[in-house]
Amino acid sequence: MSDQRKAVALISGGLDSMLAAKVIMEQGIHVEGINFFTGFCVEGHTHAIRKRDRARPKRNNALWVAEQLGIKLHIIDVIEEYKQVVLNPRHGYGQNLNPCLDCKGFMVARAYEWIREHGFDFIITGEVMGQRPMSQRRDTLPVIQKESGAGDLLLRPLCARHLPPTLPEREGWVDRDKLLDFSGRSRKPQMALAAKYGFEDYAQPAGGCCFLTDAAYSAKLADLWRARGRRDYDLDDIMLLKVGRHIRPAPHFKLIVGREEGENNFLEGYRKRFPHLRCVSHPGPLVLVDGEPGEADLELAARIAARYSQGRTAPAVTLELVRPGGESRELTVAPLPPAEIPEDWHV
Amino acid sequence: MNRHTLDARRILCPLPVIRTQDRVAELAPGDVLEVRATDPGALNDIPAWCRINGHRVLEAGERDGEVVVVIEVGNSDG
Ligand code: SF4
Repeated sequence: MSDQRKAVALISGGLDSMLAAKVIMEQGIHVEGINFFTGFCVEGHTHAIRKRDRARPKRNNALWVAEQLGIKLHIIDVIEEYKQVVLNPRHGYGQNLNPCLDCKGFMVARAYEWIREHGFDFIITGEVMGQRPMSQRRDTLPVIQKESGAGDLLLRPLCARHLPPTLPEREGWVDRDKLLDFSGRSRKPQMALAAKYGFEDYAQPAGGCCFLTDAAYSAKLADLWRARGRRDYDLDDIMLLKVGRHIRPAPHFKLIVGREEGENNFLEGYRKRFPHLRCVSHPGPLVLVDGEPGEADLELAARIAARYSQGRTAPAVTLELVRPGGESRELTVAPLPPAEIPEDWHV
Repeated sequence: MNRHTLDARRILCPLPVIRTQDRVAELAPGDVLEVRATDPGALNDIPAWCRINGHRVLEAGERDGEVVVVIEVGNSDG
């Protein structure tokens, strides 16, 4: 057993990386999975936050994939290091704020570090040539190999036969003839292979593996940078962008309005950091006020919060305003009519 | 055998799993770790992580509105 080769597979939770790992396992290679938590992952959070999603069976797809494959999974927190990828991507962004090419280079570089620390031989990913417009093109696949430092220790089993042989192939650790030649955007070959392996019920994320490919999410992130006059974020910032309705009446403040009970509960956790409003005369959402609101702004915020309460048609609604120090006071306001909330306040 | 506790409350999945994983890596086989979390997802995710990495789940449930998972560290290096 001493010469058994070992590979680490980047596991996103989607089908492609699952298949890539399986193809290599079938060749007798010991495979373990690695999964990077950037803070933007679609995994988990939204499910945990939204009450209506809680009714559905919830699972972490990366863990689920590892369990189906019968491999170990190492989940790595890269929140801090990942910031430079999002804030200063050398290769720019895709359609939204998704820095896919830099992101892949970063993840493979981290996997490369990991295999050296753990005595593994090579890295596998589920990339398919021509599948994604930015990171999975014939001309960008080599960029990832080069910039990550992994070079030809990076094997893409699903499209390997379109690419020059890597070290594991040249050394005969894996048989190149049993690797695949998938290319393009069609999902049919993957689905056929999944059927062959008996994989069912796998996740099929529509846009990509993270929130940065989502137009609405990217708009909120861009708005945050604009409003603060600098490009930066912390984990709380990017978590809050996944939750609630964001309304920005002026550059120096915005409201985050819970849309349902699950979101309200989640926002509760941030009460100590933000001035917040809660209706006392009627049932209504919890509303956080982010930024530097003045007195008149808080009054306007209260009128907007009232508009999202069940007192929206009442002549007056009473709310409690609590400041981060705990100081609180009541405000009675007329709910702002929907027509007076301009479309462009909705971030 | 030593008994340890981990506070993974008020963080969202997969962070409770990551904290559990990193803590287990420091413990010896046979040690017991009690994890407390508030994200309901942890109730599925931590046991799933234990199953694939060779640790035994002694208890997984909810107590006082919090998720409690008690793990016995296995022999694996995971
Ligand atoms: S979709 Fe997100 S996680 Fe996936 S490669 Fe692009 S930036 Fe990275």
